This record gives sequence, structure tokens and C-alpha cells, in this order.
Amino acid sequence: MSNGFGQVDGRVDLELIAGMISPGCRVLDVGCGDGDLLALLRKQKGIDGRGVELSQEGVNASVARGLAVVQGDADTDLTAYPDDAFDYVILSQTIQATRNPKAVLREMKRIGRHVIVSFPNFGNWRVRLKLLFSGRMPETRSLGYSWYDTPNIHLCTVLDFASLCEELGLEIEDALIVTGDRSRRISNPGPLSNLLASDAVFLLKRQD
Amino acid sequence: MNTIEKAGGPSGATGPDNSEFEEGGIRVCRATATFGPDEPLALDSGESLAPFTIAYETYGTLNADKSNVVLICHALTMDQYPASTHPLTGKPGWWLHMVGPGRPIDTDRFFVICQNVVGGCQGTTGPRDIDPKTGKPYGLSFPVTTVSDMVRAQAMLLDRLGIRDLFCVIGGSMGGMQVLQWAAAYPDRVFSAIPIATAARHSAQNIAFHEVGRQAIMADPEWKQGAYLSHGTNPAKGLAVARMAAHITYLSEQALHLKFGRNLQDRESITYGFDADFQIESYLRHQGSTFVDRFDANSYLYLTRAMDYFDLADDYGGVLANAFRGTESRFCIVSFTSDWLFPTTDSRQVVHALNAVAANVSFVEINSDKGHDAFLLDEPEMFTTLRGFIDSAARTRGIGG
Repeated sequence: MSNGFGQVDGRVDLELIAGMISPGCRVLDVGCGDGDLLALLRKQKGIDGRGVELSQEGVNASVARGLAVVQGDADTDLTAYPDDAFDYVILSQTIQATRNPKAVLREMKRIGRHVIVSFPNFGNWRVRLKLLFSGRMPETRSLGYSWYDTPNIHLCTVLDFASLCEELGLEIEDALIVTGDRSRRISNPGPLSNLLASDAVFLLKRQD
Repeated sequence: MNTIEKAGGPSGATGPDNSEFEEGGIRVCRATATFGPDEPLALDSGESLAPFTIAYETYGTLNADKSNVVLICHALTMDQYPASTHPLTGKPGWWLHMVGPGRPIDTDRFFVICQNVVGGCQGTTGPRDIDPKTGKPYGLSFPVTTVSDMVRAQAMLLDRLGIRDLFCVIGGSMGGMQVLQWAAAYPDRVFSAIPIATAARHSAQNIAFHEVGRQAIMADPEWKQGAYLSHGTNPAKGLAVARMAAHITYLSEQALHLKFGRNLQDRESITYGFDADFQIESYLRHQGSTFVDRFDANSYLYLTRAMDYFDLADDYGGVLANAFRGTESRFCIVSFTSDWLFPTTDSRQVVHALNAVAANVSFVEINSDKGHDAFLLDEPEMFTTLRGFIDSAARTRGIGG
């Protein structure tokens, strides 16, 4: 799935996600693009990986590099997978482009023991200032689209996401925020991280 | 009887001779194997077929641990010559784009086997062969065979050759049905499976087209209730019409438009008659008339029937996913955007079934305007993705090259 992120951001995002995954496990990457994350995880962690990707170019590129990827839509095709099919189900820079993020997260929670979601934070101070001072929809390094052609139809903030997780019974196991070129671990998503984060990565699991 | 015969079938039919030769940089071995009365082929219908012969061809060399075997399953009107010159027609192999030295199915690396299906007419026992009970050609007394019968016969030949594991089973259309059947019936023998432009069950529309073809054959007075060989007749007209109708389903509207449009054939204007005014008419007539030289009409009836009867889920309680439960094979499913005979939705059904059992599955839809026939043509995107899939599987399987 295409997203509005520059290559530097995208790479950082993949490394952060890779750091959350234990070796040798079963991983499903939803919206896997050209398969960069799956290839990285295969190399670094020896995972048994699968991917779902909407764009045909992304699927073909992934399969051509030997990855098990199917053409499919996060909004409709996750229902085919059985319960607990994977150790980790990942949604990397894709949730904001889904039609029904809540339903997608619910499916991910069903099919994976852990869920990893990374997304651009619309609560970031730069975004807020741009809207405040220019009165126009913000375009940032992370969100480089005009309002009328963006695939990012369901943007949210770190606080929005945290409250959706609570509503869905997803416990936050780990959370990282990206600020500038650095990332840091946060114990609890609060107003300050919501202001500073340009991106966030959440590791989630079902609440007992 | 447990030998690989030198030539012909139990009927002494015109099977290809055993031979070994080099063609296009490939070591080709052409052979037949006959299974005697003590080794019958048990059929889905409850009947059994014995004796019977399988005509097959191999390319390349079997490695020491027999781990490099690729089984190619052929489509309805194809044969066991995917990468070598057809001995009767003199035409080049039907899958030269895919099979050969350095091609995705690399004959320098893999040991490739392709068998003529049971019920066929290229050397494997089918309705035109002699029924040992009567001494006459089987005709319609040949038992109705299914896709799973074809696969069971293929497994018997592999057992005969001492080959247990298949690194890869690959095929398009009816060949793809055999691939799915292989993966379902012998999951522990199939390391990877590549069903192309196919479906887990034949659609009503496809059965309908097949029925048109069969009726055309049976309406030919020379068909003689299937006993044309005994009567010394040949239902060539009926078979040609069947081929013409089928050939349309293999192409896309766009491909027909681009290739022929409304162009006229060797004339400046329409003739107000029923000659082949249009190029497309002339083309179809040519397709029909050349087909009858290489194909048996009854065999066409039997093989189309086998496809019609194919419904993999039906054998597994109506749930397709059950056909693949517990599978450790890796799958690469391929469809084409302009294929309306086996549309992408058919492939997607298989993908969903495989996802439902969390199988290792890749699925690519290739952009092509060539219709169903695209799987036989030069489709670089298909080759790139299949090369990636096959290479990755070979690495995992520890096959060098």
C-alpha cells in the first residue's frame, strides 16, 4: 500500500518494527509494499513471513524476491485467515489508508497473538502549527499529499490510537515514538509524546 | 509387468518411440511405461483401467538425492512435449518460454517430467486405443476419467521411476487443476505448487462451452456414436467446430480486436456470402482444421468431461480449505487480468482457502491483454515473479544451481 513517507522515515520505521519481533516466529505483514520489511525480517530474524498487498506491482515485486505475498485488501481479505494464525500481524504505515481501521485492527487481533501498528502522528506540533497558522491542510515530510489526492483517509493522533486500542481490548506492550531522526520508548502515551511524535510504533496484545 | 516398455502401448498404438536426444541445449528423454493387468489404475468412477500406458518426456538430470524433480502438468489439448519438437506436427514445444536452460524452469538445474494425461491421445492410453477385451478401439467404452485419475496415474509413473518427492508441480488451465489435485492428494510429496490460470472447480459457463464442443463432435455424422475408428470415418468437422468455439474462450476480446479487428481476408470488400470474409473467420477455420490433425475427437470428449467434473471442494465436504488443511507445500498462484475463462476470482478462491489454513501462499495477477492463453505466451512479468518464487523455493530445498 502506498504511503506518504519519505525513504528515510520508512527505513527507520522498519528497523523499529524489526526490533520488536522475536526470531523464528510467524509474521503477517498487512500492506507489505515491495516486501522490504518481510525481507529485512527474513534476513535479521529468520521469520516465516507472509504478506498482503493491495498494489499488483508491490505483490509481483515481493514474489519475485521470494516472499510469500498475496494480492489482497486489508479491509476485506483478513477474514479468510484463521484465529491465532500468526505470532505477529503488522500494519506498517497503512492503517491511515484503510477504509475501516477499527475493523482491520479487530481482525488483526483475532489472527495474531501480537499486533504491531506504525502510523504518522497527526497530533505532532508541526502539523498543529501548520493548520493553525496557514489555515490549510498540513503537508509534511510524513504526509506529503494534498487533501484531495491523499490515500490517507483515516489519520489519527497518538492519543486517538491509544484510546481505540483500549476500546478494542488491546493492551500496549511497547510503544516507540519518532522525533526528528531519533526514536524513543514511551511508557504511556500522553499529551507530550502526542505533541512531539512525528510517527509512532505500537506493539499490542490482547487484554487477558 | 514392471518394466519401462520400449515403444507403444498395450494396444500397439502409435505411441512415441523411446529415444534420447539433445534439443535446444536440453537432454531430452522420450519414453513410455506400461502398467499390466496386475497394476490397474483405480478410477473415481469405480471402474479400473488395465493395462495402460503412459507416454512421457523428461529433461535434464535427476540429482543424487532426487530432490530436483519438476512435474509439468499439461492443459486440455497440450501434450508431453513442452520444450521439444512435437514428433507428429513438427511444431516447437508449447512452453519454450518457461522451460529450458536458464529459463524459470531451468533444465540445467531441474529434472523435468511431463506426462500425457490418461484419456489423452498422444501416447498415453485413451479412447482411441485398443480395448484388450474386444480387440477394437475403446471409443465410448473407455471409462470416464477425472482430473484426480490423471494425477493418480502420474503418481504411479513416478513410483515406477523411483521418484517420491516433487520439488515443484506446475501447470496452467487443466494442468493447474492437476496441480491443485496433486497438492490436495499428495501434500507430503509436493514441496511447491504453481497452479496457473486455473480454478478449484469448473464454472457453469465453462461447462457450457465444453458442452457446445462436445455436441458439435457428436452431431458430426462421421462420429458414429464414438466408433468412427472401426467405421473408418473421422468426425473432423465436428472436432474443428469444437476447437473453434473453444479457441475463442482462450483469447480476450481486446486481443481479438487488436489482432484482427474487422479486417477482411484476402479481399477488398465483403462478398455477400458465407466465405471467410473476415480474418478472424479464416483464423478460426485454420485453428480448427490443424487441430483435427493432431487430436482425437473422443479424447476431446473425455478430457473436457474430466475438467467439467473437477470440483476439489466436493471431495472435502464442500469446504475447499479442507483440501489443504495441514499442508506444508508452498504455493504460487497466477492469474491474468484479461482471462475470462479462468478469471482472477477463481484464483482468489483458492488463495482464500489456502489463507484459511495459514498456508504458505503467493498470489500474483499478471497484467495482460492476451486472455487465458497468456500462460503459454511471452509474459515477462510472469517469468520474473515465477523465477523469484522457484529460486527461493530451490534455495530452501537446498537445490544448487
